[in-house]
Amino acid sequence: MADRALSTLPLKIRETRRRRVSLAPFLQAPWLWAAALLVCLLIVLPIVYLMMRALGAGSGLLDVFLNPSLAATLARTAGLAAAVTFSTVLIALPLAWLTTRSDLPLRRMWTVLSVLPLVIPSYVGAYLFISFLGPRGLLAQALDGITGGKALPSLYGFSGSWLVLTLLTYPYILLSLRAAFQRLNPALEEAALSLGHTPAQVFWRVTLPQVRPALVAGGLLVALYVLREFGAVAMLRYDTFTRVIYTHYRSSFDRSTAAALSLVLVALTLLVLWLESRTRGRGSLVSPGQVPRPQKIVRLGAWRWPALLFCVLIVGSALVLPAGVLLYWLLRGLQAGEVLVPLLEAVRSSLLAGGLAALASLVAALPLATLVVRQPGWASRLAERVAYTGYALPGIVIALALVYFGANYALPLYQSLPMLVLAYVILFLSLALGALRSALLQVNPNLEEAARGLGHPPLRVFFKVTLPMIRPGILSALALVFLTAMKELPATLLLSPLGFKTLAAAVWSSVSEAYFAQAAAPALLLILVSSLPLALITLRENNA
Amino acid sequence: MSFRTTLISLFAFACVLVLAACSPASASEVQPLVIYSGRSENLVAPIIEQFEETSGIPVEVRYGSTPELAATLLEEGQNSPADVFFAQDPGGLGAVEELLAPLPEELLSPVSKRFRDPESRWVGISGRARVIVYNTDKLSEADLPTDLEGFTDPQWKGRLGWAPTNASFQTMVTAMRVTWGEEKTREWLEGIIANEPAVFDGNSPIVAAVGAGEIDAGFVNHYYLFRFLQEEGESFAARNYFLPGGGPSSLVMVAGAGILESSDNQAAAQKFIDFMLSPVAQQYFATQTFEYPVIEGVVTHRELPPLETLNAADIDLASLSDLQGTVSLLQEVGALP
Repeated sequence: MADRALSTLPLKIRETRRRRVSLAPFLQAPWLWAAALLVCLLIVLPIVYLMMRALGAGSGLLDVFLNPSLAATLARTAGLAAAVTFSTVLIALPLAWLTTRSDLPLRRMWTVLSVLPLVIPSYVGAYLFISFLGPRGLLAQALDGITGGKALPSLYGFSGSWLVLTLLTYPYILLSLRAAFQRLNPALEEAALSLGHTPAQVFWRVTLPQVRPALVAGGLLVALYVLREFGAVAMLRYDTFTRVIYTHYRSSFDRSTAAALSLVLVALTLLVLWLESRTRGRGSLVSPGQVPRPQKIVRLGAWRWPALLFCVLIVGSALVLPAGVLLYWLLRGLQAGEVLVPLLEAVRSSLLAGGLAALASLVAALPLATLVVRQPGWASRLAERVAYTGYALPGIVIALALVYFGANYALPLYQSLPMLVLAYVILFLSLALGALRSALLQVNPNLEEAARGLGHPPLRVFFKVTLPMIRPGILSALALVFLTAMKELPATLLLSPLGFKTLAAAVWSSVSEAYFAQAAAPALLLILVSSLPLALITLRENNA
Repeated sequence: MSFRTTLISLFAFACVLVLAACSPASASEVQPLVIYSGRSENLVAPIIEQFEETSGIPVEVRYGSTPELAATLLEEGQNSPADVFFAQDPGGLGAVEELLAPLPEELLSPVSKRFRDPESRWVGISGRARVIVYNTDKLSEADLPTDLEGFTDPQWKGRLGWAPTNASFQTMVTAMRVTWGEEKTREWLEGIIANEPAVFDGNSPIVAAVGAGEIDAGFVNHYYLFRFLQEEGESFAARNYFLPGGGPSSLVMVAGAGILESSDNQAAAQKFIDFMLSPVAQQYFATQTFEYPVIEGVVTHRELPPLETLNAADIDLASLSDLQGTVSLLQEVGALP
């Protein structure tokens, strides 16, 4: 039986330890634990803040929770999160495979372009999609000659939110998956092929299980993104839970009720994480002793045409379409005599914010990821879950928590660049953590142990042995945080040093006041500027 | 260059950047005035620059949305770096009123009483009218009712747009509650909801949807239309209609500013408010942002009906402070989540 043969492949499956409270791991790597503890303390700050505020809520709180519409809103939110996660997997899995493992024409170009929708702030993205695909948007107007002025089917509600969020968030899974595909050991696939499996069977039974941690990590990011999403769903008229939280902040300036509701979001996040730990699979899959060889590139043959069509379709609708609307706004405005303001300073600020966020999140995530993978147990599992709450909370909650602690307990740091970077670490740590965790899972600990056995100190082992092997994971962590931080708004607006203006802030303030040309210029720059580091990373990975 | 050295040099570069950003900027003699502005940079940056030039006082602005800046001020309390809060609407100023210092009477005297806080903690800087924006291909002014009550008629079913989360809309509902009473306001809201209005996230998407013909009419502030006319040209198929009915149908509201009590820069802050109420700044708002001046003797934009003709004199903005009651009512009828 082929199945039986497959199970004897030299796969080493390490069972995670049984849930048992043990202090031994702390003694094995005290410095790692100390660093991880520090990071977790930082992440816990917003939750402490929320609890303080929620305690201040009066008796009206009970009414909020007993309101039957709240449960319905929760269900709607969960439904949207599940649908978007599912469809983003369907888009990201083939894209990741095509851009890493096949001879897809113009592969490098697709690699960069397919990731870029990540930098479009979702509020702006929704605005752009409505402008084009809305019932009477640009497309409907262009088709007037054929349709006789009819409206297109409504983009509002569930279907529109699902479409727009899918197109804006699939890169989260794509980036995680690409790194995983790059680290795959071709020896396993070759062995399976030689044992008589068809390529399809190899994909489902050998390849997919190996990239599953990355797939689940990316899916988790998408699901949590939808949970905390506010701007796009407000534009697209789909009431999610976060919109209820925002209504309390915005309409009634009621921070206590908003805080109590945010805690519900934290609980919901923990539930999603628990689900994720069920689907993630037990233990890790690591390749046998030798360092993986370079990937074999699959020749697509005639399949390259449907593959190309797929790429054109996805990149066309997720990137070219919004960028096209922006270009239209820009040209129309310029023609009407709109004056553009210089944006050089904003470019610099955006790059600085994104770059610092990426590096700081990477440094903060490394000890946590190492512990989660190398010392699985209750403590590292707890630390990992805590880390994800920062990403699942709406940005305004994190921002206000840091405003509170900063202004009252760390005034010299308040509204300084280091403080902004701390906020980014809280918000985006989990992006880096997921990517690093998946990468580390693909590294065989025997190699590290061998190096240590030869007398190398742990840090040296990390730099000499581990780091080169998790390189794709590190690059994808950097890219994920960089792109997400470039579009971040609430924390950037409230916590940046005075006068610090990013491109995303310029886009947001201009769109909301209907300065379309003045919004289009920074938005296009944002996409352009983000594509440069991505192009560099892509070039490096091909030289490697 | 190896991957490792790349990473290390990247990190070193970042450290240098942080240090560079942290080092104190060239110390200027005058302490800068810090403004938290809920009004967009596109709208107010030019006039703030003009203040810097005429007064010689350097200004630092933190731009954001009014409610988020209000929440920030509340969290900061006495440690706020802000000297002035420049808000989009009285609701935002009301939310932080215990943090605001009373403004001296001579500063406020040029402003009509109904455009300022009776306890002088904030003052209106520019006025905005609530209007109906309608699609000119489908409607003419003659098709529109004279007051808000007319829109509960079933003939408007599926043709309207509104933005219940919008602060100006909520102020209009508060004005209804003050003038009409709770019961009639609830009936009006339920009547509109029965007409299945499209729900928007703010004023500007409503104007866009009306111009495109997605809906026929919507409840908005008056000045958004002019942005569209400027970028899309006169052919943009929407215009404003000022309801002549009086009361909440003809509401005029303000964007305003107040000085933080915790500010150690009170003199400069007062100079700023004084400048914003000067004819120069008021003319800027009238000409550049298409708003209404709050002082006498400033010419409104020629495309706007003069303030005196708006039949709006009977509602005092200070009586519109019960935002919480309005939000509760909107939640009860299901207009807000």
